[in-house]
Amino acid sequence: MIAENVAFGIIAAAMAIGAIGVVRTQNVVHAALFLVVVLAGAAAQYILLGAEFVAWVQVLVYIGAVIVLFLFGIMLTRAPMHPTEPMDNNLRIWALLPSGLLAIVLGGLLVDAFGRDKIHLTAPTANVEITNSIFRVYLVPFEVVGVLLLAALIGAVVLARKD
Amino acid sequence: MLLNQFLLLGAFLFAAGVYGVVTRRNSVLVLMSVELMLAAVNVNLVAFSAYLHTVAGQTFALFVLTIAAAEVGVGLAMILLIYRNLSSSDLDDVDVLKG
Repeated sequence: MIAENVAFGIIAAAMAIGAIGVVRTQNVVHAALFLVVVLAGAAAQYILLGAEFVAWVQVLVYIGAVIVLFLFGIMLTRAPMHPTEPMDNNLRIWALLPSGLLAIVLGGLLVDAFGRDKIHLTAPTANVEITNSIFRVYLVPFEVVGVLLLAALIGAVVLARKD
Repeated sequence: MLLNQFLLLGAFLFAAGVYGVVTRRNSVLVLMSVELMLAAVNVNLVAFSAYLHTVAGQTFALFVLTIAAAEVGVGLAMILLIYRNLSSSDLDDVDVLKG
């Protein structure tokens, strides 16, 4: 029990620092690398929660593909490595208002609603349960997501093509 | 483990994402902040999946992951198009519709 909580604390601290890094750093590539920390931390949390399949899909899709896509985006838009002007607009103080308010209201609501409810983990989720869920219960949404991915693929090609 | 420690982590990540979306000028960085918010949602879904002992939350998390990947692909294509037309990926320069 204690080991789990210690692991959670370490990973959560790393994720929090990474998240602040993503929104505060002045270097675009550093922001992408901070995002890797957050997403890897999220994958570790999934393993902590017994969701191994989701964790590995997260590692493959996010860290493997999405981050590379981001780095390509940074490269292709020639984002400045050493920016002369700041990467943030002049809303820094004002942006704390909605995000801080959101964090406070959401946090208070969660503490009020779930208090000290515990997660009782039994065994890690078997892959067969997830496959049954995807291919039996949620088969139609799965197919719809497939079509959506195809549409996104074609859309991206059409948008980015030079002609 | 408490359920709330995961939910509060998710809330913090989401708030950080909102802050990033509001403050960032570079459009790639805005997209990264959106990604942060989606990761927060996924943490919540998987935490509830473990709390309620049902696998539906994890299935939803996989769907969110797929949508996020598609969103990044289309988003970066749009940013590339903006960069090609305006020679800038700064969102403050995208003000053609401004009166």
